[in-house]
Amino acid sequence: MKRIYSVSVENRSGVLCKVAGLFSRRCFNIDSLAVGETDDPAVSCMTIVSSGDKRTIEQIEKQLNKKLDVIKVKTFDEAVSISRELLLMKVKYNRNNRRDIMEICDIMNARIVDMSKSMMLIQMCDTPDRIQLFIGMFKSVSIVEVARTGTLALQKCAETD
Amino acid sequence: MTGADAIVKCLEEEGVEYVFGYPGVAICPFYNSILDSPVRTILIRTEQNAAHAASGLARVSGKVGVCAVTSGPGATNVITGIATAFADSIPLVCITGQVNSELIGSDVFQEADITGAVESFVKYSYLVKNANEIPRIFKEAFHIANTGRRGPVLIDVPIDIQNAELKKFVYPDSVSMRTYKPTVKGNMVQIKKVAAELTKARRPLICAGGGVLLSGAEGLLREFCEKYEIPVVSTMMGIGVMPTRHPLYFGMVGNNGKPCANRAMNESDLLIMVGARVADRAVNQPDLITNNKVLIHIDVDPAEIGKNVGPTIPLVGDARHIFEDLLRQEMDCEQGDWVSVLNDYKTTMAPRRNPNPAYVDPARFITMLSDKMQEDGVYVADVGQNQIWSCGYHIVRKGRFLTSGGMGTMGYSIPAAMGARLADKDRQVIAVCGDGSFQMSMMELATMRQHDIRVKIVVLKNNYLGMVREFQHYTYQDHYSVVDLSGSPDLEKLSGAYDLKFLRLENMDQADEVIDEFLEKDESVLLECIIDPMDLVK
Repeated sequence: MKRIYSVSVENRSGVLCKVAGLFSRRCFNIDSLAVGETDDPAVSCMTIVSSGDKRTIEQIEKQLNKKLDVIKVKTFDEAVSISRELLLMKVKYNRNNRRDIMEICDIMNARIVDMSKSMMLIQMCDTPDRIQLFIGMFKSVSIVEVARTGTLALQKCAETD
Repeated sequence: MTGADAIVKCLEEEGVEYVFGYPGVAICPFYNSILDSPVRTILIRTEQNAAHAASGLARVSGKVGVCAVTSGPGATNVITGIATAFADSIPLVCITGQVNSELIGSDVFQEADITGAVESFVKYSYLVKNANEIPRIFKEAFHIANTGRRGPVLIDVPIDIQNAELKKFVYPDSVSMRTYKPTVKGNMVQIKKVAAELTKARRPLICAGGGVLLSGAEGLLREFCEKYEIPVVSTMMGIGVMPTRHPLYFGMVGNNGKPCANRAMNESDLLIMVGARVADRAVNQPDLITNNKVLIHIDVDPAEIGKNVGPTIPLVGDARHIFEDLLRQEMDCEQGDWVSVLNDYKTTMAPRRNPNPAYVDPARFITMLSDKMQEDGVYVADVGQNQIWSCGYHIVRKGRFLTSGGMGTMGYSIPAAMGARLADKDRQVIAVCGDGSFQMSMMELATMRQHDIRVKIVVLKNNYLGMVREFQHYTYQDHYSVVDLSGSPDLEKLSGAYDLKFLRLENMDQADEVIDEFLEKDESVLLECIIDPMDLVK
């Protein structure tokens, strides 16, 4: 079972280490982790994607809540959230495959943001699944470098908000 | 006022009487300031024991135990003591000196990343970056350590911060932390559910853990079980919640517990686990306590509930508040002959021992000792066979039973007994250890002498690491590996070296007189009991 944790923490040094340490110490998985400041500079938001059985998922939430630098833990399913990831990918191209690459980018809504005589830098912002699919499309092309931000997610807008 | 002065002032504000520790350059400003303070310092002989002594003091006084050590090796040495306190939820504040702020991260002499190293053994830790933060940090640290689920807090103070001048010292009256608000009051809906289930139950049982003692709920729990005639068992850390000979108490559960207590756990139809972690040594097969019964789990730490077993009714809160609320509920409990069934188990399932008459029988010796010691005395058991015999045969009347239950740290008993004695100088304090655990802390005999801390020590001597030998006996068919303690010192000569009274008991013939002499005066004594090297706890 996949689960997304949106964790507000005090924006202090060492907090990322404490939260990440909690996951390794208790053998919880981290599929993805993204951290950034919120509208309040004293608060950071960590988006953690993890997986496990029901008891593990419950324990992760409880253990996160126990940490004294954690302000709030929100946890939700992928189904009720909007999640996005940013991809930057450098690929080698030649005259034969240049059009194909551009076509794939077009279809998948990715942009070529930089290029040289033999390389292109592609940017794409989409759901983690589509990012994975997009990278898969480039299996036959030589990928030079890939950088991904990890998943960012917020719960969908509901009237109760 | 310097940072060091401010730290000492904070300790005075918190009513700290003793600081256990060991100086080094990085903590010297603090030890310089404390000389002019009424707070007394105890020079322990190795840093780990500073945390154990603070733990003994905390358990007996209910206050936060404090230790202060230097940077680098001082700080890393104290980690085992901190981890021991963490496993048993004991409130400590541990101050560590640190190298100059500007040098942190450059691997200078005696630098250790102590806040990083203890992260998984502390409730919280601080690295002080500005001397003006000292009052707030100390106020928070004492509050965090001794509220909610108790635990150790570490404060790392670089030497330049200890020497820096504070603008103004104001000790805060209260703590405001948006991230820390432990739930201590139980949810009334859940409490009413508990009452309803108890009314239906025919074979209810309470299993009390160390949390009951930490919240000071033992009196209320006793009142509750007597009012409704509910039998009680305990975990190792819960020993002392009930007097051992109380008619409703059926002993310690678990691997090394009483068979009748384990049977009571299995046969009950409603089980209240209170202040207990449901860890492996107490509850070997968690599914056995959920299968055919209503399980009610009461704990101040929400993360403990559902960690090892999924209860029918989870109830988050401090045991004292919860039993206060439970006592206000009107219940009609009727359980027929459940208590008399358990009493039958108690007599028929009593373990039988065949002690070797050539040696001291630890079981009988411990019972005799506990019957002769002061009624409200403190009995500190170490770790090993001595611990299991102590759990099984020590009789608690009005006193306390202390041991390292969660971590099982050898060498705990002597320093913890010293802390317990300093917490209350009117109480008799006895440390019972084996010859292995004694040698892990025997350097503290000097601390006892230096500060005139009157602790009585029993060493059950068998020239073996008995618990491991017993494990090798059962698991590796007597293929003993690295458990022979040859080379141990002559304890009589050792006592002489420390100018300590010494007694020896070789078999049970003189037990009466020797125990009397051991307990007679308020003085430190070392009693060596020669036990059968082949004796087993099971």
